[in-house]
Amino acid sequence: MTTKHRHETNLIFSKKKLYETVIGLEVHVQLKSRTKIFCGCAAGSGGEPNTRVCPICLGFPGVLPVLNRKVLELAVRAGLALNCEVSEFSKFDRKNYFYPDLPKAYQISQFDLPLNGPGYLDLRLEGKTRRIGITRAHLEEDAGKLVHFENDGFSGVDYNRTGVPLLEIVSDPDLRSPREASGYLKAIRSIMRYIDVSDCDMEKGSFRCDANISLRPVGSEKLGVKVEIKNMNSFKGVERAIAYEVERQREALESGEEIIQETRLYNADSQKTFSMRSKEEAHDYRYFPDPDLTPIVLEREWIEGIRSSLPELPDPRGDRFQEQYGLPEYDAGVLTAERQLADYFEAAAALTTKYKTLSNWIMVELLGKLNEADLEIKDSPVSPIQMAGLISLIEKGAISGKIGKQVFAEMFKTGKEAEVVVEEKGLLQISDTGELDRIVEEVISNNPGPVDDYRGGKKQALGFLVGQIMKATRGKANPGLVNQLLRDKLYNP
Amino acid sequence: MNLNKPTAHEIVDMVGNGKVTAVEVTESCLSRIDEVEPVIRSFIRVDREGALSMAGDIDRRIAAGENPGILAGVPIALKDILSVEGKEITCGSKILQGYTAPYDATVVRKLREAGAVFLGQTNMDEFAMGSSTENSGYWPTGNPWDPTRVPGGSSGGSAAVVAADEAITSLGSDTGGSIRQPAALCGVAGMKPTYGRVSRYGLIAYASSLDQIGPFGKDIEDIALMLEAISGYDPLDSTSAPVEVPRFRDSLVDDIAGMKIGVPRECFVEGMEEGVEEMFRAGLEVFRSLGAEIIEIELPRIPYSVACYYILSTAEASSNLARYDGVQYGVRNREEKSLLSMYESTRKDGFGEEVKRRILLGTYVLSAGYYDAYYAKSLKVRRLIKDDFDRAFSVCDSVVMPTSPCTAFKLGSRMADPLQMYLSDIFTIGVNLAGLPAISINCGFDREDLPVGLQIIAPPFAEGKILRAAYTFERNTEFHKRKPEL
Ligand SMILES: [Zn+2]
Repeated sequence: MTTKHRHETNLIFSKKKLYETVIGLEVHVQLKSRTKIFCGCAAGSGGEPNTRVCPICLGFPGVLPVLNRKVLELAVRAGLALNCEVSEFSKFDRKNYFYPDLPKAYQISQFDLPLNGPGYLDLRLEGKTRRIGITRAHLEEDAGKLVHFENDGFSGVDYNRTGVPLLEIVSDPDLRSPREASGYLKAIRSIMRYIDVSDCDMEKGSFRCDANISLRPVGSEKLGVKVEIKNMNSFKGVERAIAYEVERQREALESGEEIIQETRLYNADSQKTFSMRSKEEAHDYRYFPDPDLTPIVLEREWIEGIRSSLPELPDPRGDRFQEQYGLPEYDAGVLTAERQLADYFEAAAALTTKYKTLSNWIMVELLGKLNEADLEIKDSPVSPIQMAGLISLIEKGAISGKIGKQVFAEMFKTGKEAEVVVEEKGLLQISDTGELDRIVEEVISNNPGPVDDYRGGKKQALGFLVGQIMKATRGKANPGLVNQLLRDKLYNP
Repeated sequence: MNLNKPTAHEIVDMVGNGKVTAVEVTESCLSRIDEVEPVIRSFIRVDREGALSMAGDIDRRIAAGENPGILAGVPIALKDILSVEGKEITCGSKILQGYTAPYDATVVRKLREAGAVFLGQTNMDEFAMGSSTENSGYWPTGNPWDPTRVPGGSSGGSAAVVAADEAITSLGSDTGGSIRQPAALCGVAGMKPTYGRVSRYGLIAYASSLDQIGPFGKDIEDIALMLEAISGYDPLDSTSAPVEVPRFRDSLVDDIAGMKIGVPRECFVEGMEEGVEEMFRAGLEVFRSLGAEIIEIELPRIPYSVACYYILSTAEASSNLARYDGVQYGVRNREEKSLLSMYESTRKDGFGEEVKRRILLGTYVLSAGYYDAYYAKSLKVRRLIKDDFDRAFSVCDSVVMPTSPCTAFKLGSRMADPLQMYLSDIFTIGVNLAGLPAISINCGFDREDLPVGLQIIAPPFAEGKILRAAYTFERNTEFHKRKPEL
């Protein structure tokens, strides 16, 4: 690992030494299967406590786990999308520890033979691309949740989440700044959503992240003592927690203290990290192969079948958008961040050649309205075909861009075609010279002052007159035609 | 008529052709239970109403002309380790007192479908850890041949109820000999099927990679019948084998001419009781006289099986038993104010000495720094033991050994020395480590008139070979007909 070509903001200057920040992330992605990983219970979130449980996920005496085939498929999809080596032979292990949210007192996870071995993610940030190593991405079951009834002095356990399938994606210690860390997280999230293996909703807990952070003198190959940070619940939180922790470690190192290997919790209110337990108090999880589950043996052909079913991923798709549709990098990035948005664009792009216009309409009007209405692209009331219809009306000159916004707002509200809205509201641009002639002459005779001004050389007066015509036609006049007619009549009265 | 005396296949015939009713048979068993339980104490729970109601259902189905199943009207006792929906199941432990199972084990469901009648739960060593049933969280069980002696374990209750004619047949579980050893000590037949032959779903786990459910019976035909009823692939158990279940009763052929029977040199160990060796050698002569070829074989790693077993089984147990923490079910020490002290005092009071000893041992061998030296190494030894058997089966059809180096010992006589107790499983443990099927049958009595067990072992899924050899032995000897005087 070399520090040479690194951006200097990744380095922390101090009076005595120059330190380099080293970050590794462990991301837990909740896989989007209908049922839990080892039983038939629904795998959703929320709802009344303990309504999605059965003897198996509750770990009752005598029950046995059976691996959900769909979960395995989702995990392999995710592994392939992260360029991981998918193992033809992997196994489940038990991670043993006592806690009330863990009904069997062990978590079924994968220890030394994970499903997905080494992979990588090419992180694009601020115009640069850096390859971030992925150590592994393994399957495991989620635990339940404690609910504290402070007033009554007791706690309850909600086991709805127990046994929900998780993919733990462990990165190499390749990240060098809080911004890289959050950039990496966003990229993982985008890919996971693209390949439809997870909703990756941080607020709902279907996307969680722990960070391992250490500092080392620049030029040193040896990793410093690492501290694990937990409880970061948003992308901003991850950035802030890491930034705080880096600063804390730097101050400690500068004042000659040693960093203690420990786990620290991030508090979003105070934006600080607090010690939870030190290495001495760390658990010995006593991992061993789970004898209730047979090893996962996969056929190469099956893995390749999944690989061939993967969609084009965000970054390559963005590159193609720039090339095929001639879009600027920014537009391509926005449009391909979510698969459904990119699909929307391409569905509409098949019906028009005005790609940049389409891009503008989607990014500004559609995303704006969706955001206002708190809707996702898949729930858009305006279909890609309708969007293309609107753009073609503008292109044909049937309506102006300004009227287009009005039409779009109506389409969004009613789900009607652009043409229908234009028709119903009488918004069709007046391109009939006969009718416009009459209006133009009326405006000229009603405004002798500005007419004289214009004829006298004050070219700005034309704007006023155009405005008057637009007013008289309630904006429906074809602006090009109005200009043309006005000029003609002013010069040849 | 003493309807508790016949075998299961006799009962099925009698109930099926209307000679007797399932209720009459059940009542006979219940009155026998009343008669001998004060001495034997082999049931933890007798479910009188439940049994009579199940029997009544069978009678009604027969009256309605329905097919009531291959075990119609047979009263069966279940080891307290099998989940039965709506019933208290405690695995012989205080820590599970008050726990009502919310579901049926797969074998329990299969027995219901076969028309069986459930009498109740039998006594056992707590969490199946023991060889005498003295580690029960309730009380020790007496051996029907001499109630001052142990019935063996851990399925001691299930062996004793069949020997004492309290139940027609029963189910037990075998992790290191827990069906075969008590069968030997109580003079009945007991079989551990191939690992994966019978679903473990609903069997409360001791050591998951070794546990297997199996039947006790008064004769080999009953063993075959029970095996047919409980075997088969189960989608609820990932380790159950997708293997066809043959009609095991077709293997009941009185002919072993030409069968090659291997006898391991290692089975004549020091410390084997004279009476056991005598009857075992006599048993070999029976096989020889019936036309079998007796071959001396070697199982050189068998002496390591006890150490290997006590590392692997306790490692798995330390994890399997971690769920008994007082949080969800069973007993919780409610006085404690902190989570940690609640865990500690619940488990301290709830578990018995032997269970705690094994949890400690298992926790130790899995600890950081010890895993490779103990657990990982034992996995390798396990592989070698399996190789030993594979080699043996390349030259013989089955392997025969004594089931236990001793006959039923006096209650309390071995409790002080756990190591001595562990060694009594020397002949049975290797079979579990290799995942093989094996049966214990009665091959005679020692000078104190206590039954001696002979074990027949076969390759995986070759239960048919075992049944054939055992059936032939039984047809040509009288030992199985002797009953204890109670
Ligand atoms: Zn469940």
